[in-house]
Amino acid sequence: MAVLRPAGDFDRSYEQDMSLVRQKWQWGVLIAGLIMLFTLPRLGNTYIITTLNQIAYTVVALQGLNLLTGYTGQISLGQAAFMLVGGYAAGLGAKELGLPFYLSIPFAGLIAGLVGLIFGLPSLRVKGFYLAMATLAAQFIIPWLTRQPKFEAYLGGTNGFIEVPVVTFLEYRFGELSDFVYISLGVMLITTVLTINVTRTRMGRAFVSVRDNDLAAELLGVNLFHYKLRAFFLAAFFAGLAGSLRAFSQRGVGTQFGYGLEESVLFLGMLVIGGLGTNLGPFLGAIFIILVEDLALWMGATLAETFPAQAAQLLTSFRPLFFGLALVLFLIFEPRGLAHRWRLLKASWRLRPFAR
Amino acid sequence: MEKRTKRIRNLFVTIGVALLVVWLIRPYTNWILVPQQIINGILNGGTLALIALGIVLIYKASEVFNFAAGHMVMIGAYLVWWFAGGVGETALISLPLWAAIIAGMIVAVFIGFFIERFALRPMTGQPLLAIVLMTLGLAQIMQGLTTVLFGVTPKGNFPAPFSPSDVFNIPIAPINDVSIVFLNRLQLGHARLATFIVALLAAAIFVAFFNYTRTGLAMRATSENHELAQSVGIKVSRVFGLSWAIAGVIATLGGILLATLTGVSLSLSTVALAAFPAILLGGLESFLGAIVGGLLVGITVALVQTSTIVEVRNSAEIAPYVLLLIVLLIRPEGLFGQKRIERI
Repeated sequence: MAVLRPAGDFDRSYEQDMSLVRQKWQWGVLIAGLIMLFTLPRLGNTYIITTLNQIAYTVVALQGLNLLTGYTGQISLGQAAFMLVGGYAAGLGAKELGLPFYLSIPFAGLIAGLVGLIFGLPSLRVKGFYLAMATLAAQFIIPWLTRQPKFEAYLGGTNGFIEVPVVTFLEYRFGELSDFVYISLGVMLITTVLTINVTRTRMGRAFVSVRDNDLAAELLGVNLFHYKLRAFFLAAFFAGLAGSLRAFSQRGVGTQFGYGLEESVLFLGMLVIGGLGTNLGPFLGAIFIILVEDLALWMGATLAETFPAQAAQLLTSFRPLFFGLALVLFLIFEPRGLAHRWRLLKASWRLRPFAR
Repeated sequence: MEKRTKRIRNLFVTIGVALLVVWLIRPYTNWILVPQQIINGILNGGTLALIALGIVLIYKASEVFNFAAGHMVMIGAYLVWWFAGGVGETALISLPLWAAIIAGMIVAVFIGFFIERFALRPMTGQPLLAIVLMTLGLAQIMQGLTTVLFGVTPKGNFPAPFSPSDVFNIPIAPINDVSIVFLNRLQLGHARLATFIVALLAAAIFVAFFNYTRTGLAMRATSENHELAQSVGIKVSRVFGLSWAIAGVIATLGGILLATLTGVSLSLSTVALAAFPAILLGGLESFLGAIVGGLLVGITVALVQTSTIVEVRNSAEIAPYVLLLIVLLIRPEGLFGQKRIERI
């Protein structure tokens, strides 16, 4: 989509044309936003810190899924399973290999990416529902493998849970979530810059061409197999990063913490609600759905206090209900997601006296 | 001529591969259990085949792949359980089983129509991902609604007409001069046999409906070509609604059959998910494929359980998905599906 720019906003050099942040006031807003983001955990509110951490690693996972589903057009129902792989890789890397956290996080990404490549192999022959099915198979097979009694010593066996050591850096322990959240935010910022740049390169344009018409893309010289596998690798790599962040922040990893099919569906839903194939989508979708889920949890807890007899069902039922409703309503009324709304809002602000 | 030789060659290749597989797994299989497990697999696969039929029906009519099928199965089972007074003394309504089944099916018809009209109709012409996500979103809503209405604890008191523990014993003379020794009897569970017969009957009714009634013919015409069907006076939107309604009835029936064996619980939706591998194995566009695929998945799961290796035995729960991956890599269109020919 062509970016609408106000009159008088010209590029005078190549650097200027390629720059992400165009104007001085944008730098100002960006720096002010970052300062706000990084002082937020210092306010000491536990809810803000946990939610911020959750949003940060979810955004990382969503950015990977966005590259695969939003840009390359391959449906994946296995993102949560790749997160699980990343979590285990990070945990085992830190525990068994003694990697410091700044190595074990990319290590987790690499391992998850390689697993993602295996399950991306069918993407050459099949697409659409069929590919969704292949990734669905990944979503069932990987958590099952981690629960095997044979790997109990390493992966936690039928309980499906291992402990992950505290992140330490130069004698400083990131044991508290209020400290660890900075690592999550840092990784989130790095991956954000990375995804924005990936989508602007040859690879990103190849992804989009595969999505829009894969046969035409092949005729234009895009090697479908390479690019689909690259998209799968990137998606799983980001999922691995997200999984490692989640494992370190929850101080454990395993199927006890979730990582099921519901979570993969949740990621796809967040992406659609935020806006598929947009750089803003993962942020808006993650924030929206996580807040909706928290609302659902709060509502369930409040109602459970009033009706203690039905506490169990009230606590668990509102999350899928709210998420499903939000997803269905967005698909019917705003299939292009919140990012599209934001764009409309910006356009109408620019055209202010004349916009509807 | 060429086609025929190709077919014969394929037949030989298939038989050869099958023999090779049997020879390879020979030392790791408990052959005594195999005949019994094949029968169990076929009986279990009948229910899967029925659920798969419902998904194929919707796919053929409207090219929507119904990921919510598992949850429709679950809701159907819960509805029948509720109408039959499963709640206990505080039940609002307590019907005999046959009436509860009919009531559950009527509600399922309305749910089907409702889903088609208010969720899928606005999605006409949207990309594939949006439609997939719509059915996934519907599945989440159904999950939430079922939990809030019926609670999280599994209900063991499904009013099944057959107890799962009753069995028919069929004596078989032991064959001693062959290295493969059968147990000298085969067991047929009453409940399993009954569910299989019901599933088979339902599938037969379903096929008859499609071949001999006016509405069924209209639905087949629609699945061939929407525009042509519309031009000969078939109301395509009505056919879509009808296909969802029938799928609702089929899912409810599948739910009843599953619940007869295991009781009603939220995990029924996961059990019914094994119908997806069945469909892809059989081919997305084929009713026959759905039935054969369901039976094959049932047999595969049962045979995996006869292995002497404990790790392989444990893998019964993911066996359908491994099978699915193999099918996708070797023959993505399935056994009876149409090969895709793509044009720009």
